[in-house]
Amino acid sequence: MGDLFVLAISCIFINNILLAQFLGNCPFLGTSKKMETAIGMAMAVIFVLVMAGLITWIVDIYLLKALNVEYLRTVSFILVIASLVQFVEMFLKKSIPGLYAGLGIFLPLITTNCAVMGVCLINIKEDYTFLQTAVSSFAYAVGFGLALILFAGVRERIDIARVPKCLQDTSIGLVTAGIIALTFMSFKGMV
Amino acid sequence: MIPALLFMLGIGAVCGIVLSLSSKVFYVYEDPRISQVENNLAGANCGGCGYAGCSAAADAIVSGKEMPSLCVINSKEGTQAVAKIMGINAGSAESPMSYNMCEGGLRADNKYHYMGISSCKAMSLVFGGKRVCGVGCIGLGDCVKACQFNAVHLGSNGYPVVDDDQCVGCGACQKACPKEIIEVKTLSEKLMKFNQVNDPLAPCAQTCPAEINIPRYINQLREGKYKEAVQTIRMRNPLPLACGRVCPHPCEDQCRRGVEDEPVSINQLKRFVADYEMNTGSRIPITCAPDTGKKIAVIGGGPAGLSCAFFLRRIGHQVNIFEAMPKLGGMLRYGIPEYRLPKKVLEWDIQGILDLGIKAFTHLNFGVDFGLGSLMASGYEAVFLGVGAWEDYSLGIDGEDLNGCFTGINFLQRISSGEKIKLGRTAAVVGGGNTAVDCARTLLRLGLDKVYIVYRRTRKEMPANEVEIVASEEEGIHFVFLAAPTRVVGDADKKCTQLEYLQMQLGEPDASGRRRPEPIEGSETLLDVDMVISAIGQSPDASFKKHDPHARMTQLELTRWNTIDNDPAILQSSIPYIFTGGDAATGPALVVDAIGSGRRAARSIDCFLKGEPVEPVKDSLQEKRIEESIFTSVDGVKQIQRAKMPELHVNQRLNSMVEVDLVLPKDSAHKEAERCLNCCRICYNPDSDFPISK
Repeated sequence: MGDLFVLAISCIFINNILLAQFLGNCPFLGTSKKMETAIGMAMAVIFVLVMAGLITWIVDIYLLKALNVEYLRTVSFILVIASLVQFVEMFLKKSIPGLYAGLGIFLPLITTNCAVMGVCLINIKEDYTFLQTAVSSFAYAVGFGLALILFAGVRERIDIARVPKCLQDTSIGLVTAGIIALTFMSFKGMV
Repeated sequence: MIPALLFMLGIGAVCGIVLSLSSKVFYVYEDPRISQVENNLAGANCGGCGYAGCSAAADAIVSGKEMPSLCVINSKEGTQAVAKIMGINAGSAESPMSYNMCEGGLRADNKYHYMGISSCKAMSLVFGGKRVCGVGCIGLGDCVKACQFNAVHLGSNGYPVVDDDQCVGCGACQKACPKEIIEVKTLSEKLMKFNQVNDPLAPCAQTCPAEINIPRYINQLREGKYKEAVQTIRMRNPLPLACGRVCPHPCEDQCRRGVEDEPVSINQLKRFVADYEMNTGSRIPITCAPDTGKKIAVIGGGPAGLSCAFFLRRIGHQVNIFEAMPKLGGMLRYGIPEYRLPKKVLEWDIQGILDLGIKAFTHLNFGVDFGLGSLMASGYEAVFLGVGAWEDYSLGIDGEDLNGCFTGINFLQRISSGEKIKLGRTAAVVGGGNTAVDCARTLLRLGLDKVYIVYRRTRKEMPANEVEIVASEEEGIHFVFLAAPTRVVGDADKKCTQLEYLQMQLGEPDASGRRRPEPIEGSETLLDVDMVISAIGQSPDASFKKHDPHARMTQLELTRWNTIDNDPAILQSSIPYIFTGGDAATGPALVVDAIGSGRRAARSIDCFLKGEPVEPVKDSLQEKRIEESIFTSVDGVKQIQRAKMPELHVNQRLNSMVEVDLVLPKDSAHKEAERCLNCCRICYNPDSDFPISK
């Protein structure tokens, strides 16, 4: 239990998917203009990442490893994750319209997101068990959401600040992201 | 190689089968327009619109939450394609445009020295901005920064100027503005805008009953943009030629220049640009919103009816006008004589309105030839009742029915219709209003030797327009003041020979603020005249209520002055689908009042047809003044003479009905426009020798 907690903390803060591993930068910049959008995106990522992490773990153990075709990991993961997200989108739309209204519009955005893909590959690389995979996927997604929401808050402030023309919008966004990443570096050594 | 291929084929097939099955199982109907719209968006999933991805944006557009121009990186063609897809929805195809009300910007004083970040939003957090003017533009250009299409730039006066060709109506500027100065509105919204308490309005624009943006059109005239000036006027007044001639211009009484100097001759300038359009011979195109498919009947083709029809047509409704007289124009045609408003000029104004696609049916008397029942059966969804006030009050004295006695409007109307009336040599016109003066001046032109105006108070109390009184004095009309007619004396043939009146003296002021005339006992005097015209006021002819057999008609409530009872803020009568305005609702008033009420009724009718509650405009300024904008002294104004209205010499005008007042020549019009201080709520431009301090 203690191990799992340490794993979660390390995934959220120390190895933050956005600010330490720099995966998933497109939604990080694209959906961080408004707090409202950022929160929706964060929820959707948590939802999809947990599901994708688990299903790719199953695919890896019972298909790739069993059939000895590990070299097809990346390409088959892409296919599986994309299909999964599509399936979940359809399922939610029909069965849980309330949840779909909140998350649905973000789902297609995550389909081929490198953060999702990256977490799935990390899970395999680290040889996590099924339970560990579930915890790490969830924790990485929480880390993603945390960074995204923090960043959206910062960007909303920047919007009314005086920014030189050449640095406006995405440029200052990237600079800010770099500084936030630096602050996250201070978590190193915590575990 | 083979196992890899087989593996991928297998996993692909499984995914494909699962997805295709689930698309059947989990099928949910979705508006097909969403995917059509999405195909026409930029497809970059950039998030620039504030929505997460293009499909979310498409959803928002189709659900009507956002405009077709939502996508900030979409091409103009893409935006148009989206608009076209959405155009299937009635009413939403009208493209909005950014529009700025404030013309102040840098002109207002500062309350404090601001050193914070350069953003309107930030500055407005500190006491609503540094400018003294509470509603005006802050001028740091948040709207300029917000615009993705380079359609907004800050003009020389420090306020945003919108380039209509670039603007796609995305609304970004409106969202960025903390002051509600720049607003994105459709044409209909702009046409149906009424003065509100927090609007940046000059005193003249607050006063104008039609709510014309006076400083704006004078400014456009000054810049030589006559067409734009006419368009500015037409946003509020469909009859610029007629109004430019007959309006008693209450706006000029409030002119800020008038505090220190003579007021700007606003109406002359309106006439100048309106005449310019007529003299070029080609009409400036008038834009209308897309058709809504709703049908409205306008009863009465006078200024109120024409105005209501014009605005309803411009916001996309189908309008038909029903008129009892042979031609449209109402009092403008039949009550105002040719020498003040030539029929040819009026015809041009009216034709311009009909050209929008309004049908007019004449010789149709409401209640007799058609009624409420037949209108409803023909599919009209609302009715505007603008029947005017055509019933003359009678004097109530003996001998009123003798030969040679007439009533004012009836007389003017018969002359205007070209009827030959047997005239006398001398005439007395009883009354002091415009109708009386019109009758007297018309009689003089018809060749009478001597015309008296008999009025029971003095010249100071005469309600007629000052210019009209001056003109009639010049033309040699005799005034008999402080005289109350008591009897018309006739001879054996029942022909009028004399008018007997009682002399009066002025007593205490009455409710209207005018001193009440009191008769002097035993002061009966006789005036030798063979014609007597009583022009002491009119009331609406409400006989249609009696004649119309439709059961609903009995519910139409009238006031004790025979006017149609309504709520003055929304002009709805006691029957919900009947709206009213002009003289029929207020009793005799100005042409420009009727025009203003026509537009107000159009707004209420539009609300009514859309199924929205018909409520007064929020914070409506109607008839009130904004206190902070009314000054008691004005710095920086020097005396510059007001342009003198050119007019025909008295010798030339008395033997014909030729128009007396002439249009200003171009150079004097421009000189007069230069006199305008281009006021706003509290800003104004002092005369050129003074530094801009206010």
